[in-house]
Amino acid sequence: MKTVMKLLLVGAALSAAVSSAHAEDKPNAEVMTSWTSGGEAAALNVIKQEFEKRGGVWKDSSIAGFGAADAAFQNRLVAGDPPTAKQAVIGLANADFVNQGLLSPIDDVAKAGKWTDALPKSIADLVSYNGQVYLAPTGAHGESWVFYSKEAFAKAGVSEEPKSWDEFFAALDKLKAAGIQPVAWGGQSWQETKVFNMILLTQVGIDGFLKIYVDKDKGDASTEGVKKTLDILGKLRAYVDQGAPGRNWNDATAMVITGKAGVQFMGDWAKGEFIAAGKELGKDYGCMLAPQSPGMVYVADAFSFPKIADATSQKGQTLLAEVAMDPAVQIEFSLKKGSVPMRTDVDQSKLDICAKKGLELMSAGKIVPDQALILSPQQAGALNDFVDEFWTNPSEDSTSGAEKFFAIFE
Amino acid sequence: MQAKRRRSPAATIALLPTWIAAIFIYIGTMVWSVRLSFTDSTIFPSSNYVGFAQYAKLFRTSRWLASLENVLIFGVLYVAGCLALGFVLAASLDRKVRFEAVFRTIFLYPYAMSFVVTGLIWQWILNPTLGIQATVRALGWQSFTFDWIVSRDMAIYTVVFAGVWQGAGLVMVIALSGMRGIGDEQWKAAQIDGIPIWRIYLSIILPQLGPALAASGMLLSMGVIKTYDLVVALTGGGPGTATEVPAKFIMDNLFERQNLGLASAGATVLVLSVVMAVVPFRYALSMRRRRR
Repeated sequence: MKTVMKLLLVGAALSAAVSSAHAEDKPNAEVMTSWTSGGEAAALNVIKQEFEKRGGVWKDSSIAGFGAADAAFQNRLVAGDPPTAKQAVIGLANADFVNQGLLSPIDDVAKAGKWTDALPKSIADLVSYNGQVYLAPTGAHGESWVFYSKEAFAKAGVSEEPKSWDEFFAALDKLKAAGIQPVAWGGQSWQETKVFNMILLTQVGIDGFLKIYVDKDKGDASTEGVKKTLDILGKLRAYVDQGAPGRNWNDATAMVITGKAGVQFMGDWAKGEFIAAGKELGKDYGCMLAPQSPGMVYVADAFSFPKIADATSQKGQTLLAEVAMDPAVQIEFSLKKGSVPMRTDVDQSKLDICAKKGLELMSAGKIVPDQALILSPQQAGALNDFVDEFWTNPSEDSTSGAEKFFAIFE
Repeated sequence: MQAKRRRSPAATIALLPTWIAAIFIYIGTMVWSVRLSFTDSTIFPSSNYVGFAQYAKLFRTSRWLASLENVLIFGVLYVAGCLALGFVLAASLDRKVRFEAVFRTIFLYPYAMSFVVTGLIWQWILNPTLGIQATVRALGWQSFTFDWIVSRDMAIYTVVFAGVWQGAGLVMVIALSGMRGIGDEQWKAAQIDGIPIWRIYLSIILPQLGPALAASGMLLSMGVIKTYDLVVALTGGGPGTATEVPAKFIMDNLFERQNLGLASAGATVLVLSVVMAVVPFRYALSMRRRRR
């Protein structure tokens, strides 16, 4: 018994020594993200460097894979040992954490930094839950882009970007006739849902889009819009190759990079792949919004801050929130990650054409949120299932498809 | 037959931690999951009971129903395929072939691989634009078609292929060791009677391998319920829900879709189905033992 007590005492003394070594007065942050690919890690490094420059101690706990990082985070949160900060997608997925009282608000930082003036109103609304700011946004990704190979377009005799869906399909026919795979299709349900959303935006407009996803409106106009969307989506099946099911987005991007395929529907993170392959925007490849698009679908990243008792970590949370919203950091971060800065008041000269266009749309408020922002994770999952089922089942018509679509919200 | 076992206190004490672990960890978590399946838990456990609502929702979800159908097709064909192929492999190795050790290693090798690797390899082989179809077409047979993996009706069979390819080696090893335990006299006697070799295997060897094959069948069936990584790596559950399996449905709802209640309901249904399959089996066994 004595030896046990002794061991316990030694252990206690050791742990005290360790914690006192940590207990310098520096702001401390253990940051958990799923940003592990080349471009993502470089972007995170921008924040880290600035954080350390301002006297913080940074500890990286990145985990590859969004789902894996989420699962690890939830486990640590439940175990009462959360990291200082977690990368989160802005939206309803965080509402549960907030309502359970697991996140700490960063209202003071937001007020001091006048975030409401710097952010587009929709973003400012989305980072607030129950009237308080909980998330520090890092960057937004435009999702409704169409990337195309200039070489493939030239070979097929498509001289300019199609302005309407009719012109778009005509261009696809030309590509097909020239022996080029018209569409590089990523065959995973989340990718297909992004295409569905970008077509939906072109068919019902910004207000219609919000009416459907936010108000869950099932009116005639909404139903008609969904039907037309499904018609266009269904038409695309004819331009996709057999190897598409299950294909990763970056493999699809590679098809466009090598000129094997004409176009790819994807978010602006695809730019990272083109850049890594040494391709030049405007010369080798181009970016356009989906034809007839009145705006852009976006998804946005942020940091969330779990409730934590340790004072140095609390300081770390404050400092990290400030750093993430720093105008210079926002620009550097976006350049590395291929995203668009969240602040509308930043120096735009370094951004490429796509990012500039994205930022323009964002400041003009011509954006609609991705389903992750406005639907519960269950509903977002059901939407993925719906689109994937429709896409893989050519015998399904758009009328019964539209019925199934609105069943998601029940 | 057996002498009556004496309980030794030392053994009981040694097993105590195992008992505690079994009761609190296995049974406890199981009860906990069942409890959760009656609540409206989303990301965190809640204690708001909703009765059978999660089950009702579960059986209205087409993806879940598809996954049950798939796991049934997969389970039957996978276990049967592994047993049949494993037995044939074992029988051919049993003919005292040259380089037997080499073949044995080759056949068993897939089993040493993780399902994820198996899935990825077969994904490439079966992909119509990369694998077999593309290769044969490149050789000049332009109309050759092998696109099961992207077909809604056939995709589940490609999962069976990959699974059998991996699992047959295990059956082979077990069956082979069983065959080696069969005395030479039987062979000699059968050969003197002029019975063809295939007939010897089918009518004399196979019945004696019963217990060995039953054991491997049991091992394989337990893998069926858990099938997750193979499907994720091979098809991702697609096209559509053509290769969706219950374990994947549960995992998706547990984490990505933050739907603890529904996932627990799914898990409970799985446990119940296993119990329903095992109980009659155990009952039959115990009846047989008593009759002896």
